[in-house]
Amino acid sequence: MNPTTLLIILPLVAGAALLFIKTPLAKTIALGVALLQLAITAYAYYFAELTPQAQFVTNIPWVESLGISYYVGMDGISLLLVMLTNFLLPLIILSSFRKTFEKPNVFYGLMLIMQSALVGVFVARDAFLFYIFWELALIPVYFICLLWGGENRNKITFKFFIYTLVGSLIMLIGIIYLFLKTDGSSFAYEAFVNLSLSSTEQTFLFWAFFLAFAIKMPVFPFHTWQPDTYTNAPAQGTMLLSGIMLKMGIYGVIRWMIPVLPDAMYYWGTVAIFLSITGIVYASVIAIMQKDFKRLIAYSSIAHVGLISAGIFTGTIEGLQGAIIQMLSHGLCAVGLFFIVDILYDRMNTHEIEKLGGIRNVAPQFALYFAIVMLGSVSLPLTSGFVGEYMLFVGVFKFNPWSAAVAGLTIILGAVYMLNAYKKIMLGETKPETSRFNDLYLTEKIVLIAVSFFILYMGIYPKTFLELSEPAAQSLIEVAMQNLSVR
Amino acid sequence: MLNLVFLIPLLPLTGFLILGSLNNRLPKTIVSFVGCGTVLGSFVIVLTLLSGTLSGTITSATISYFDWIYAGDLNLKMSFLIDPLSVLMMTIITGVGFLIHVYSAGYMHEDSGFVRYFAFLNLFVFSMLLLVMGSNYVVMFAGWEGVGLCSYLLIGFWFKKDAYNDAAQKAFVMNRIGDLGFLLGMILIFTTFGSLDYDDVFKNATSVLTENSGVAIAITLLLFIGATGKSAQIPLYTWLPDAMAGPTPVSALIHAATMVTAGIYMVVRSNILYSLAPFTLDVILAIGLATALFAASMGLFQNDIKKVLAYSTVSQLGYMFFALGLGAFSAGMFHVTTHAFFKALLFLGAGSVIHALHHEQDIRNMGGLSKKLPITFLTFLTATLAIAGIPPFAGFFSKDEILAAAYERSPVLWALGLAGALMTTFYMFRLLFVTFFGTFRGTDEQKHHLHESPLVMTIPLMVLALLSIIGGFIGVPEVLGGSNFLKNFLSSVIIPYGEKHEHLSHSTEWILMTTSTLAVIATIIMAYVIFVVKKSVPAEDNKISGLQKLIYNKYYVDEIYDTLFSKPVTFLSKIFHSVVESKIVDATVNAVGKAVSASSKILRLSQSGNISYYLYVMVIGIILILFINNIL
Repeated sequence: MNPTTLLIILPLVAGAALLFIKTPLAKTIALGVALLQLAITAYAYYFAELTPQAQFVTNIPWVESLGISYYVGMDGISLLLVMLTNFLLPLIILSSFRKTFEKPNVFYGLMLIMQSALVGVFVARDAFLFYIFWELALIPVYFICLLWGGENRNKITFKFFIYTLVGSLIMLIGIIYLFLKTDGSSFAYEAFVNLSLSSTEQTFLFWAFFLAFAIKMPVFPFHTWQPDTYTNAPAQGTMLLSGIMLKMGIYGVIRWMIPVLPDAMYYWGTVAIFLSITGIVYASVIAIMQKDFKRLIAYSSIAHVGLISAGIFTGTIEGLQGAIIQMLSHGLCAVGLFFIVDILYDRMNTHEIEKLGGIRNVAPQFALYFAIVMLGSVSLPLTSGFVGEYMLFVGVFKFNPWSAAVAGLTIILGAVYMLNAYKKIMLGETKPETSRFNDLYLTEKIVLIAVSFFILYMGIYPKTFLELSEPAAQSLIEVAMQNLSVR
Repeated sequence: MLNLVFLIPLLPLTGFLILGSLNNRLPKTIVSFVGCGTVLGSFVIVLTLLSGTLSGTITSATISYFDWIYAGDLNLKMSFLIDPLSVLMMTIITGVGFLIHVYSAGYMHEDSGFVRYFAFLNLFVFSMLLLVMGSNYVVMFAGWEGVGLCSYLLIGFWFKKDAYNDAAQKAFVMNRIGDLGFLLGMILIFTTFGSLDYDDVFKNATSVLTENSGVAIAITLLLFIGATGKSAQIPLYTWLPDAMAGPTPVSALIHAATMVTAGIYMVVRSNILYSLAPFTLDVILAIGLATALFAASMGLFQNDIKKVLAYSTVSQLGYMFFALGLGAFSAGMFHVTTHAFFKALLFLGAGSVIHALHHEQDIRNMGGLSKKLPITFLTFLTATLAIAGIPPFAGFFSKDEILAAAYERSPVLWALGLAGALMTTFYMFRLLFVTFFGTFRGTDEQKHHLHESPLVMTIPLMVLALLSIIGGFIGVPEVLGGSNFLKNFLSSVIIPYGEKHEHLSHSTEWILMTTSTLAVIATIIMAYVIFVVKKSVPAEDNKISGLQKLIYNKYYVDEIYDTLFSKPVTFLSKIFHSVVESKIVDATVNAVGKAVSASSKILRLSQSGNISYYLYVMVIGIILILFINNIL
């Protein structure tokens, strides 16, 4: 069977089954499925060739009268994101192993369904299919946040749901418009790329898509759902949201906007870059004074994503490749950091920075992995964060040197808020409350070692990943250049 | 010989990994053995390279290992450049680094973080080697930020003390400010040259850049901003005095001999670019000279033995930049070399004193230590003579070369340079006299325990003392019958700067040299009279006033920065959070939401349900498609 389809079906079926089977083994089953999924991904990686074309393709008509097909496949970019998803999922599941949830079968079932939807988004080459997976991904995470979230979960989750839904409905209008432009024949990626659209049409479509993607990432000023949602969601929900789900938005820009709307990207990209860079500085500055560590990381995520978004909209190969590598790095760091928050919460019942302190004395191993993930997050060279950020800066600099200078403030501000948080949480004299802080348990250690290992590996030898996406990224830029009527 | 090059950084890295992963499970002897041995191994390999470059078998060799970061035209390899400049730096790093490792084995012996200390120190040596060995700017930058990390880790080595953690964080953040400049400069090099490899950039520099063009100035200034952070120059110098919170051998290795000279190395490495931007060189000259004088003035009144040395380091680094600004690149490197010897020695000597007095650092509580610590005293004296520039000690030759270059430009610059040298002489001899002469002013218990340090600490002192005596002979000027060996050694890397090459006449050089030496001796006598003959001891903190108080409090620069930068950012952060975020951005979102829901009953329905609403919308979507599809 085609690994692409298998990767969608396996977690979907397993997840759906788990929803209805009450079993104490739910988490073990979920982990098993996720590991199997990882093995299939490894298989795909092993047999993938370094070409710009999509591989492992299946294209069968689905609703023929509407031109909808089940059309999936993976080029290098898709493959990397599938690898990210399927690498992180077992870790996210493992990270929950020391917890007990009410209705564990539902919790883990939803997680697997989420995994299926995420893979679907990254491999769909039919816009309607893409849209279905896009919306499907919202449902499980919505319930995860709603059922297992914190205090104000109803209100916050509702806002998150409506906000992202509004964005995607507008995108749906865009997709339908494009479909109509193909004379109602196809939703296929190639059909959309081959369309010739006037610049007015492109402008309208640009904003329709941009809104959906910008809300998902989120880009300033569409971000206000994010800090509340991230802070209130259960740790695993936050990991899913920040580690993988926000990449849907970035991926959407890469997959659909760059090749289909090159003129509008050229004209309106400037506005998107402006918003992104504003968001970098804005979120970094806000992060400095945050009292809640989880919220601090939520804001730092907005800053990091802002740079990724800015890099993509420059339309440079450095920006694009940088964005792709940075998505992977951000996924690792976000999962690592939110897990660290969860470990703190597990022991101390709080993520308020002032209530912690001196933990390094009693938990040296925790301190070590926390430090590595933090350094990845502040993009120290020889960690994954640097590779992507450096390329992104090159891309933004090519677009406009002053933008790069402003965006670059993040390397200073990022150091300020991350080191400050580390200092207040980990360093100094141990307080009475923190004196009985247990160092890492085995499952926790496995997760943090896996994350730390890849943070360093990607920083030292990113070629493993760069070479995978390079042909596809290159051809995407070429296609955009061909379709560009402005020149 | 070149096929072992990869081992040079890899050995200390292995040391770090071994010590880091076997934390606290090894006996201290083995820890010291691994920590020092790996650096010694690197040093031995570096020596083979040194002999290769000296004999001319190696002129310039680039060794590539693997592709690192690439996209489009951007093509960065993990590769090293072996040439006289990098070999000189590698020799200093591994040589002095090894001595300081050995010393640390004694100094840190009782510390509970012994293993962690050596792990970090090994990591530092690795990063520093990466910095000087890289054959492109980004590998240099990797080492550049790597040493910044190690500096952060080692300043905050005793992480239970909040003040130390603050100092560590301050160092990291201030370095990051500079690093942003470095980063942007690097990218501008890439967009200008299409490459970041030294070979490509320097080969094409004269054809791509016109002299004093905007791009040339921008590149060099941006890189120099990075140097002001790493090498503690105005305006980013304030972290270095605070960095003395770290263990004293760390101050010797990182904050005196090696890391802080990275900025000078970077400028010398890029000397071709800087030669094309005379404007930038003038800026460097001004900042270097200003830092040299400003920091020296602060050194005059400090009472903490390490703080005096810290300001002295800032000042000496300023001196080196002064040289670079004059276009005397090899003189700058010469001073880097001699400074590495005598300043490392001064710090280690201070460490020996602190060790003997059980962590006493205030010189007002010392005095008369020369009899109890004879080796420390004699070696400290040697270093003091070297930094003051008494012939034939090492500092004399390197400082003289800088002063001669200054005189070539203008007698005024020479006079200012000399003024800095005299201040240096004064505060160094003040330190020497107050610490080692007179009578002991500490507690009886301290007096009872006074002891000379063990051999493992004093042997490095003696080796460095020897180097501080003879180190200057690698750059003896012609006027003294030498051939300026170092300048010739570096001639393949450093292109001569400046069109007019009227060398000073020998008689002028003699006059300058004699004048400066006599002035230095006069200053020493003055310090002797004040602190030995008159036995004056620096006043208590609360009994000083006026200018002296201003200087003792470091001109309140930290407070000014706090008011100008930290507080506004904090304020902005609060405003963004409590006003912009909730009252503007989010309020707008909510208002839009309310407006929509008020005008739309469909949306209001959604408040009652969740999944049903979702499905409802999906269905509407599909109906919409069918509808549109049928009409068209």
